[in-house]
Amino acid sequence: MSIQVQDLSKQYGVQYALDQVSFTVEKGQIVGLLGPNGAGKTTTMKIISGYMSTFGGEAHVNGMDVRSDPIELKKQIGYLPEHNPLYLDMYIREYLTFIARIYRLEAVNSKVDHIIERTGLTREQHKKIGSLSKGYRQRVGLAQAMIHDPSVLILDEPTSGLDPNQLVEIRQLIRDIATEKTIIFSSHIMQEVQALCERVLILNQGQLVADERTEVLERVLHKQRKIVVELTQSFEGNWSIEGIQEVLSLGHHRYGLVFGKTNIDPRLAIFDFVTRQGHKLLELREEKSSIEDVFQKLTT
Amino acid sequence: MWAIFRKEITNFFSSLTGYVVIGVFLTFLSLMMWVFPEYSLLEYNYATLDQLFEIAPMIFLFLIPAICMRSFSEEKQIGTLEILFTKPLTEWDIILGKFFGALALVGLAVLPTLIYYYSVWSLGSPVGNIDSGEVIGSYIGLLFLGSIFVAISLYASVLSNNQVIAFLVAAFVCFLVYYGFEFISAVPSFVGTIDDVLQKVGIGFHYRSISRGAIDSRDVIYFLSGVVLFLFLTRNQLIENRAN
Repeated sequence: MSIQVQDLSKQYGVQYALDQVSFTVEKGQIVGLLGPNGAGKTTTMKIISGYMSTFGGEAHVNGMDVRSDPIELKKQIGYLPEHNPLYLDMYIREYLTFIARIYRLEAVNSKVDHIIERTGLTREQHKKIGSLSKGYRQRVGLAQAMIHDPSVLILDEPTSGLDPNQLVEIRQLIRDIATEKTIIFSSHIMQEVQALCERVLILNQGQLVADERTEVLERVLHKQRKIVVELTQSFEGNWSIEGIQEVLSLGHHRYGLVFGKTNIDPRLAIFDFVTRQGHKLLELREEKSSIEDVFQKLTT
Repeated sequence: MWAIFRKEITNFFSSLTGYVVIGVFLTFLSLMMWVFPEYSLLEYNYATLDQLFEIAPMIFLFLIPAICMRSFSEEKQIGTLEILFTKPLTEWDIILGKFFGALALVGLAVLPTLIYYYSVWSLGSPVGNIDSGEVIGSYIGLLFLGSIFVAISLYASVLSNNQVIAFLVAAFVCFLVYYGFEFISAVPSFVGTIDDVLQKVGIGFHYRSISRGAIDSRDVIYFLSGVVLFLFLTRNQLIENRAN
């Protein structure tokens, strides 16, 4: 277990930024933390990274308590804070060398060379950070988080404020890194989480409202509707109903029918279709995700 | 800690800060000591460095707050402090790195004044007629004074995101502890009652005591505890900032 969080709570005044949040992340997983602004994403990450030490509940990373073993813990974590703060008057190499020295790495120069190459900064390496574009600054931010080859990476909104090209590049970079590390990153963009992660944790007003595989996002994103029907006996024929995209066999004469956008309510169409085929319906129900109101907020 | 120390020093000399600090310090000091007749050593006709050790604290009063004003304020404002705090560093690594970084710059500014010592030593009649013990004591006093000003200025810097405020608060507090207590002790109703206590609370009293060349453990303890006090206050403030 790479990250283990139990009943995490954090209060600012009377307001709960986090309220009893619990989850675990397996080693090597890439998990997206999704939620509207103020949902508690940053607070969660600040706690896991060991920055914030006053909170309720327990948080363990690689089996270490974030409160009791911060120095050892921080050697195994790479953290990119929100807004990616950087020393703008330092040169890229100078900055990364400074960070490498903080970690007391051996062979500092070769480590710096390696990370510069890895994050695609080779051509810019002699520039001042202040003269870089936002996309390149983000690479520097990722480089400082990864120079010591941590097993856990925590990235707080790594793609916010980037233009579409930079966005693609940074996502690709994260995808490249992801093969060997546990990554937890936050975003308020559904498409991004869907593109990068296998699993999504959805936070809303300090509470964990969903912990799902990313397929769920796909359905909501494409305004798909999933309807579950149960028949008296199995139906072998073709479900030729307008707008149908996928048929899932759920066993015991039950089927999950996924519809795209249709003009008429697919439930009516299903009812008509089934009776026309001479079958009898035992159940007809739409499967709704518990997280739809959160998505509403994210999309509006 | 050394990583932070090195970064601070590089920072001073890769920007103009380091050069301006040393330049201003030495220019001002040499003008006062050798050119302006009011204070000039050449008009004074005694082979001492008293002027140096009297003027240097006045320059420190605004120079050290200027060196330290950005150390925490800036990092807080642009958010890089969060980076440092998520690296394997303790609060003390960060504080002491910055403390010794600033102190080293002060030291580098003072170092060239050894030339003045050599000059006075050569100008003396007979040559070498200068109280070297007193000079060594005075340099140690200056070092202590610098340390306590740096500690105060770091604390002021950790209190505010705004560098101007950090500078003004630091300069004011340094002034208060250096001159303030003596001025207050001269208030008529204190004279003869608690004026000696007030004087001993101030830095000036202990600085002059060390400058006489006799290093009294009480003065050393006074300076060290002052430095430790302000560094602890800085640490507490850092921890408090982090909780939110």
